[in-house]
Amino acid sequence: MGVVADAWTWLTTGAHWTGAEGIGARLAEHAYVSGLALLIAGALALPLGLWLGHLGRGGALAVNVSNVGRAVPVFAVLALFMVSPLRNAGYVPTVTALVLFAVPPLLTNAYVGVREVDRAAVRASRGMGMTGGQVFRRVELPLAAPVVTAGIRSAAVQVVATATIAALAGQGGLGRIITAGFALYDTAQVVAGAVLVALLALLVEGLLVLLDRLLVPRPPRT
Amino acid sequence: MSPSNCLVANDWICGEYLRTRRGELTDALVQHVGITAASVAIALLVAVPLALLVRARPRLAAPVLGLTTLLYTVPSLAMFSLLLPVFGLSSALVVTGLVLYALTILVRNALAGLEAVPAETREAARGLGYSRGQLLWRVELPLALPVLMAGVRMATVSTVALTTIGSVVGRGGLGNLIEDALPTFFKAQVLAASVLCVLLAVVADLLLLGAQRLLTPWARHRGAPGGA
Repeated sequence: MGVVADAWTWLTTGAHWTGAEGIGARLAEHAYVSGLALLIAGALALPLGLWLGHLGRGGALAVNVSNVGRAVPVFAVLALFMVSPLRNAGYVPTVTALVLFAVPPLLTNAYVGVREVDRAAVRASRGMGMTGGQVFRRVELPLAAPVVTAGIRSAAVQVVATATIAALAGQGGLGRIITAGFALYDTAQVVAGAVLVALLALLVEGLLVLLDRLLVPRPPRT
Repeated sequence: MSPSNCLVANDWICGEYLRTRRGELTDALVQHVGITAASVAIALLVAVPLALLVRARPRLAAPVLGLTTLLYTVPSLAMFSLLLPVFGLSSALVVTGLVLYALTILVRNALAGLEAVPAETREAARGLGYSRGQLLWRVELPLALPVLMAGVRMATVSTVALTTIGSVVGRGGLGNLIEDALPTFFKAQVLAASVLCVLLAVVADLLLLGAQRLLTPWARHRGAPGGA
């Protein structure tokens, strides 16, 4: 267990936390690019997925977009940015790569969530004279909420874990701690970097679960 | 214009690059396919028994699913770096890391597939005198196949993309070409390797979809849900 103890020592060394290359700065970069990418991806994918689910059409489109999105390696997108003039555009390469990565799970879950709502409930609410918008807001959205929020959580965890890849293309974030440790043959530092990323991912998941409990009304169990 | 001009000019698309480096591209592609195929195959061989175990002992569900989810939060970059002392610079290292990631998707889908088998069907098979093994091979696994195959497709596509990160230890298939091209801003190589990567994932997905259709001919006639 020597490595774990060494990683703990590395993490608790005050000097490793400060400065432009310190844990504090890397953590802030990591949280910033992950959060921004998730917000943009959510703004793009959730309305589209929910709308397609409401229409009940475009399922093939949603699934195909998702599959192609999953097929594009984050590293390749970053590398394409790095060999183009946009490499100097700050966080643009990392955020763009992560948005492309986060859209598929968000889109799929939003679409599937609305699509899988009990058709009988939808038909009943239409029979009661609800308009399309009312059916969506009062019936489909509340019933789809658990699936949609599960998609948001898994996308968030994946984005936080994947943002480390930015370091491979020379961009910032906690991945830099890992690559620096790897270059120095410093296993303790690699473990410390991995632990930081995993903790951040679990923290984000925990916060989202909490938000979910507070904000999203649960449908009564049948 | 000499044909090698696009290499000198560092164009994005360069036929001369594709011609002169064909061997290099093929080697990288072969390594990529090998690593991906081995990873998904091993992950499947681990995931299905694990799902059967979890189903037989539901108390294990939380720890097994929790552990595979936790593994997913370990960044791939760190995973490959950490496995280095165990395996040294080898493809086994990358395959092991990718197996661990693929398990998250595969265990979940294998379990979901098995749980979707209707209890009446299981009972009917037992009533017909099927042994446990016969029940598994002739009834449960075939019925779980669509959900399981959906997981295999997702895992394969993700693994093709993730294999590129193996380039940190020099075993990333097409990812190696991307990494090698970065310091010199070699556009044609980055673009060619990236496009090949996506094509590989799409082709693998379509092949698996075809395999699924062949293996579950009964699922084709059901069509869209609802109907009556």
